[in-house]
Amino acid sequence: MEQTVEFAPATGWLSGIWLLIAIPLVSAAVLLLLGRRADRWGQLLGVASVLASFGLALSYFFTLRGLDEPSAQLRLFDFISVGGLNVDAGLLLDPLSMIFVLLITGVGSLIHIYAVGYMAHDPGRRRFFGYFNLFVSAMLLLVLGDNYVLMFIGWEGVGLASYLLISFYYLRNAAATAGKKAFLMNRVGDAGFVLAIFLLFATLGVVDFEGVANGVGQLSQATVVTIGLLLLLGACGKSGQFPLQAWLPDAMEGPTPVSALIHAATMVTAGVYLIARAHPIFDAAPAAQNVVVAIGAATLLIGAIIGCAKDDIKRVLAYSTVSQIGYMFLAVGLGGAAYALGLIHLLAHGFFKAGLFLGAGSVMHGMHDQTDIRRFGGLWRYQPITWATFGLGYLAIIGIPPLSGFFTKDPIILAAFNREGWSGWVLGSAALLGAGLTAFYMTRLFVLTFHGPKRWTDTVHEGGGAAAEHPHESPPVMTGPLIALAVGSVAAGALMTTSVVDWLTPVFGQHEEGHAHLGHWTVTALTVAVTLIGAGTGVALFRRGTALVEPPAGALVRAARRNLYADTLNEVLFEMPGKYLTRALVYLDNRGIDGLVNGLAATIGGGSGRLRRVQTGFVRSYALSVLAGAVLVVAAMLAVRLG
Amino acid sequence: MTPGYYVVLAAVLFTIGAVGVLIRRNAIVLFMCVELMLNAANLALVTFARINGTLDGQIMAFFVMVVAAAEVVVGLAIIMSIFRSRRSSSVDDVNLLKY
Repeated sequence: MEQTVEFAPATGWLSGIWLLIAIPLVSAAVLLLLGRRADRWGQLLGVASVLASFGLALSYFFTLRGLDEPSAQLRLFDFISVGGLNVDAGLLLDPLSMIFVLLITGVGSLIHIYAVGYMAHDPGRRRFFGYFNLFVSAMLLLVLGDNYVLMFIGWEGVGLASYLLISFYYLRNAAATAGKKAFLMNRVGDAGFVLAIFLLFATLGVVDFEGVANGVGQLSQATVVTIGLLLLLGACGKSGQFPLQAWLPDAMEGPTPVSALIHAATMVTAGVYLIARAHPIFDAAPAAQNVVVAIGAATLLIGAIIGCAKDDIKRVLAYSTVSQIGYMFLAVGLGGAAYALGLIHLLAHGFFKAGLFLGAGSVMHGMHDQTDIRRFGGLWRYQPITWATFGLGYLAIIGIPPLSGFFTKDPIILAAFNREGWSGWVLGSAALLGAGLTAFYMTRLFVLTFHGPKRWTDTVHEGGGAAAEHPHESPPVMTGPLIALAVGSVAAGALMTTSVVDWLTPVFGQHEEGHAHLGHWTVTALTVAVTLIGAGTGVALFRRGTALVEPPAGALVRAARRNLYADTLNEVLFEMPGKYLTRALVYLDNRGIDGLVNGLAATIGGGSGRLRRVQTGFVRSYALSVLAGAVLVVAAMLAVRLG
Repeated sequence: MTPGYYVVLAAVLFTIGAVGVLIRRNAIVLFMCVELMLNAANLALVTFARINGTLDGQIMAFFVMVVAAAEVVVGLAIIMSIFRSRRSSSVDDVNLLKY
């Protein structure tokens, strides 16, 4: 029995939800348009606007909780009204978008505050906050839009902000290239998303969530599967999943707050939001769901394997993000009760991954922007707050009870094992193996950075005089957010599995626990055991530090060091054929088409050169021509007369 | 008084004038040949007027005579100025419009 989906209109206090988007957008405009005049106070406006949005979001949350039916749809204006296509711009605040709004504005505020300290010495700080606010505004539009077109506008907006922020240090070649790479790979995904919207319009005639949810039953299976796969392509592009994952590690060229907010907590989770929001489509297309779980499982293993072989602290965390989002894709691909599980893992991940990235930034700040973990070691004595908060984030991500990661990752592994048929065993084992590898590489990262022997020396300032400088702890404006995020990583666990899952029931419906392959406690025990084995191996291997040069290694490790040849594959499959095609076409254009045009001109020039020799300058020859012409005319007249 | 002979005479005079224009080099002789052609045309016009019994041909002959007179005035003036600047009256010497 199908239920019609209907959203209640927004009234009263909730009719101001457009402010959530408008405030950061206006702030971004002010910061970017005022230019250097705003340099001294720009960062304060940037922080204030996101804090204001967070305050509003909290108030909307409590208002929404008080409603009988927790949904509020605000109609804004007619956006597109052409022929049969009618797209109304509107915002939808329901439990799903509410948790995203809270995550974006809450974690966003903390990271904005941290960035005030991190970017304190950067002359481009005002521009940074302008772009950062633009990102927050676009991301809020993405999650608040009530139809796919508005969501796509926000989607493009975050892509733009990501490009601007990755290549923030635009004078650095690596940063500019990384920005272009991210944008281009996103574009491939965007093409999929746009084609899905076109298909929806062509088959259903509507693109808003309500219309699609109610109309998806009328579509043929092939259509629904195609739409689902195209949306999945879009999601893979934005979230850095296989096969579009190569841009995410390169995106670490941007400043660390960017990596924390965009490439850990929010933008890369937009793909998960898309799939969750499009759950009517995926629920109706089991074939598409199979592809989603396959990609989720493949990516979580790919991210984990490569993460074990990287020596740059931010790149390890980037691959960890790729891997954890693989878990989220696995969960939303499983469907049913697992939608909510994927989303609570997303929330927990937002906290602990942002905390880990900000902690990495704090370490880099203390070590003069050094990122190679082979040159760290023994930092727990010098940066205790960073060590403690990073440590809590580390324990959360590997899934040690009672921290939040355990409460969110464990149910996903359980749900994977309980999938019908042989796929359940495969997916569950992959997720379990991923958990073990995660524990291993995160332990390696933690131990090499904070423990073991010191593999660095104190910095001695040039010119003598001052004493050698130890790495110092970061200022309170940076350690404050670290502590707040660590509290979230620790405390949110039990809250997640009960309250948040219940909060999301109106969106995904109530689901029964299916027939289980493995029991709940069996899976928990297996997961914790695998985690401890991974962590123990990490401690044992790296307790005494590591060499400063890359040791020779087997085929798998060598492949992992080269990103499992993903970049090589992209080059061979796409870049080189494209380059050769371009050269062939340029050659064709120069020789062929230009040759044609130039040849025509040359012909006429040559012809006229020959023709002008008729002008001899002799009067008598001109007189001869006149006579000849006259004779011709008379002959013609005679021919007409007599003929 | 066969008018046919006059038309033939006009044709012969015209041909002699045309050939003279093409062959002679002296500018004055060239002009004389042009006058010959014009007078041949005059003769033809008057003959046809006589043949048809109307006066139209004779009126046209007046026009031709006026035009010929004007043309001679202008043409001789031009030839004189060319002769003064170049000391030569051959038409082959005015070939400055050659390519």
